[in-house]
Amino acid sequence: MATSTSPARSSPSVGTGKALRRVHRRRRVRTLGFLSPWLVGFTVFFAYPLIATVYFSFMHYNQLEKPTFVGLRNWRYVFEQMPLFGPALRNTLWLVVVMVALRVVFGIGIGLLATRVKSGVGFFRTCFYLPYLAPPVAATVAFVFLLNPGTGPVDNILGDLGISAPNWFNDPDWAKPSLVLLGLWGIGDLMVVFMAALLDVPREQYEAARLDGAGRLATFRYVTWPSITPIVMFAVVTGVVQTMQYYTQALVAGKLASGVDVGPGSVVQPGYPDHSTLTVPQLVYSLGFQNFNTGAACVLSLVLFAIAMAVTTLLMRRGAGLLTAED
Amino acid sequence: MAHVFLRVVRAGVAALCLLAGSGCANPPTGSDQDDPTQPVTLRFWHGWSEKNEVRAIEESIERFEAQHPNIKVRATGHVTDETVNQALRAGGGDAPDVVSSFTTNNVGQYCSSGMWVDLDPFMRKTGLDKHRVFPKNLLDYTAYQGEQCALPLLADAYGLYYNKDAFAAAGIKRPPRTMSEFRRDAVKLTRRTADGSYRRLGFMPNFRFYQNSPDRMFAQWGPRYFDRKGRSRLAEEPGIRDFLRTQRGLVTALGGYEALEEFRTGFGDEFSAAHPFQTGKLAMHLDGEWRGLFLDKAEVGFRWGTAPLPVPDDRPETYGRGYLTGTVIGIAQSSRHQNAAWELVRFLTSDTKQVVAFANAIHNVPSTKAALRSPELDADRSFRTFLRIARNRYSSAPPASLNGGQYLVSFQDFGYGYEAGDTDGLDRRLRSLDHQIDADTVQAQN
Repeated sequence: MATSTSPARSSPSVGTGKALRRVHRRRRVRTLGFLSPWLVGFTVFFAYPLIATVYFSFMHYNQLEKPTFVGLRNWRYVFEQMPLFGPALRNTLWLVVVMVALRVVFGIGIGLLATRVKSGVGFFRTCFYLPYLAPPVAATVAFVFLLNPGTGPVDNILGDLGISAPNWFNDPDWAKPSLVLLGLWGIGDLMVVFMAALLDVPREQYEAARLDGAGRLATFRYVTWPSITPIVMFAVVTGVVQTMQYYTQALVAGKLASGVDVGPGSVVQPGYPDHSTLTVPQLVYSLGFQNFNTGAACVLSLVLFAIAMAVTTLLMRRGAGLLTAED
Repeated sequence: MAHVFLRVVRAGVAALCLLAGSGCANPPTGSDQDDPTQPVTLRFWHGWSEKNEVRAIEESIERFEAQHPNIKVRATGHVTDETVNQALRAGGGDAPDVVSSFTTNNVGQYCSSGMWVDLDPFMRKTGLDKHRVFPKNLLDYTAYQGEQCALPLLADAYGLYYNKDAFAAAGIKRPPRTMSEFRRDAVKLTRRTADGSYRRLGFMPNFRFYQNSPDRMFAQWGPRYFDRKGRSRLAEEPGIRDFLRTQRGLVTALGGYEALEEFRTGFGDEFSAAHPFQTGKLAMHLDGEWRGLFLDKAEVGFRWGTAPLPVPDDRPETYGRGYLTGTVIGIAQSSRHQNAAWELVRFLTSDTKQVVAFANAIHNVPSTKAALRSPELDADRSFRTFLRIARNRYSSAPPASLNGGQYLVSFQDFGYGYEAGDTDGLDRRLRSLDHQIDADTVQAQN
C-alpha cells in the first residue's frame, strides 16, 4: 500500500491548498468582522465587568488605594457576618416569586380583556398603559402619598366604608405587598406584549374549538395557552431578571414612608420598615458606593448573577412547561 | 475555524483579566506646592441649601475674596457626603478643592483613606495653633488617630424645645432635668381626642422621628463606644441598659410603639411649616440650635423656650450636657491648589469675625474659642442655651471610626428593634451588636 507522489503532481495540490487557506482566512476575517459589534459589546459590557467582579470579590478595595488580595474574606463576611444579607435575599426572592407571577397573570388577564372589549377599546388600553409611562420615582411617591395611613385618601375612603386599612408601606407585613400593588398598577408593558401575542393566535383554531364544543376554560387551556407560552416565557425570564435588580421603588417607598429626614449629611438607610423592603441590589449599592466595601459588593453581585442564571436555566428547560419541542 | 475562535476567546479572557487587575481608578494626587498669591479659581462643595444659608455662605465667600483678590471661589451647594465620597474617589477634573460635610461621622474615613489631606502641615506653615483656636471636643471630632484632616466649620448642639403655654396649662413650672421628670411631664402634656388619638403628644420618643437617632439620645449617658484597641464595647457600657429601658419606658408610657408610629408617619416634612412642634402637635421636641430660626420665622402661636435635654436620674451633675456635631471642612487630596485652598479653610474656620457673622446668619454654634466669647454673638436667650450646651464639659460627639458612621447605623438598627418591643436577650444581643461592629471595622481594614 505504499504510495508515492510525483513532484509534477504535488505542485497543483500545494497551490490549491494555499488558495483554500486564503479563502478560509478571508472567511474567518469576514465572520469576525460581522461578529465584531456583538463581540465588542459582549466584551465591554458583559465579559469585562463579570471578570472584574470576580476579581474584586477576592480583593480589599476601597476605590482609593490599590486592591490587595484577601482570599475568601469578603465571601465569609457576606455569608457569615452580614446580618442584612439574609433578609435582603429573602425579600428579593419573595418579590421574584410573587411579583413576577402576579404581574404575568394580571398581564394576561388585562391583555385578554383588552382584546375582547367591544367599545371604548382605546380608552381602556390607554388607561392601563399610561401608568407604565410614569417615572418610577414619581409613581412611588404618589403611591406612598395615596396609601399614607394618616393622611392618604385610600385609607380615608376605606375608613368611611368601615374597612380597617392596613399600614401599607409602614407595616413590615404589608410593605412588600404594597410594592407588588405598585408593580401591578404599572402593568402596561406586559399588557401590550400579551395583547400582541393573543391577537396572533390563529382565529380558525378558536372556531375549531367552538365547533368541538370547547368551553372558555378549555379554549384557553388548549388553544390560547400553547400559542402564548413563548411570550409567557419571555415575560417570566425578563421579569425575574428585572426583579432581581429591584431597587428604585423599594428605596423611595422605604425612605418616604419612614419619614426620616435625609439631609446632605446623612445617608439613606434602605429597608424600612424592619428591613422588609431591603433588596440585594440596595445592599450592593450601600456596600459598594456608600461604604466603599467593593469586595463584599462584588460578592453580592455574583450571588445575584448566579441566582438569575439558575432560575433562567430552570425556566428554559422544557420540563418547566414553558418551552415546547418546536421552541 | 473553531480553534482560531477559541484562541481569540482565550486571548480576550487573558486581556480582560489583566484589565480587571489594573483597571482601578485611583484618584490623581494633588499638590501642596502651589503659590497661594497667584490667581486661581477654587471649587468649594458644601451642603447648605436653604435660601438664607446659601446667602450666608455666599457672603462669607465675598468677604474672603475681598481679602484674597487673586483667589476666586466657585461654590456648589446641597452636596451630600455620598457625592463627595464618590467624586473624590473618581478624581475627575471637576472634583472640588475644598469640601465640607454636615456630619462628623465620616471624618475617620476621610482621614484614614487620605482622601482629605492632613491639615497640620498647613497650620504649622501659617502659624495657626489649633489648640488655642478651637475647643478640644470640636478638635477631637475633626481628627482620626491623631490626623487632623478636617476643621470645625460651626458646630451643632442638641437640646430640648418646649411649649411654654402647654407647660403652664399642665401646671409644669420648668423644663424637666432628669429622665423621670421627662417621662412624667411628657405624659402630663399629652392630650387625646374623643376617639383616643393624639391631639398633642408630650414628646415623640421614636428613634425615627426627625433628629431623634439613638446616638443623639444616648449622648445624655455619656457613652464610650470603643475601647483603647478600637473594639466596640457597647455590651460593657454602664449606661446602655438604663438608656434602652428609659426609651422603652417612654414609648410605653406615651401610648405604645404602634400608636406613636402611626402618629409620627402623619407628620409633614421636617423643614416645612407642617413641623409638628410648630403646629402644636408636640409639646417637647429634641432638635439642634437652628430650629429657633425656623420657629421665629414661622411666628408660631405660642411661647416657646429651650433647655438642655434631661440626664439620667443617677447623674444629675451632668445636667446641661448634650449631643454635639457640626459641619466639618477639609481639603481634597486631589486638589492641585492646596495652599490656596488652605487660605479659604483658614478664613472660614478661624477668622473670628467671619465665624461670628456666619454663626449669627445661620443660627449655628460658633466653633472657635474666641467666637464663642464674642459679644457680637446673637444675644437671643434660646440660642444661648445651645452655646452653653456646646461649652458644657460633659457634652460629647460620637467618635470617628475607620468606616465612617457604620457603627452608628448598626446601633440605630438595634435601637429600632428594641424600642419596638424586641427586648428579649438584651445581653446576648448587645454582644452580638459588638461583634457586628467589629466585623464591619475589620472588613474596612486593609
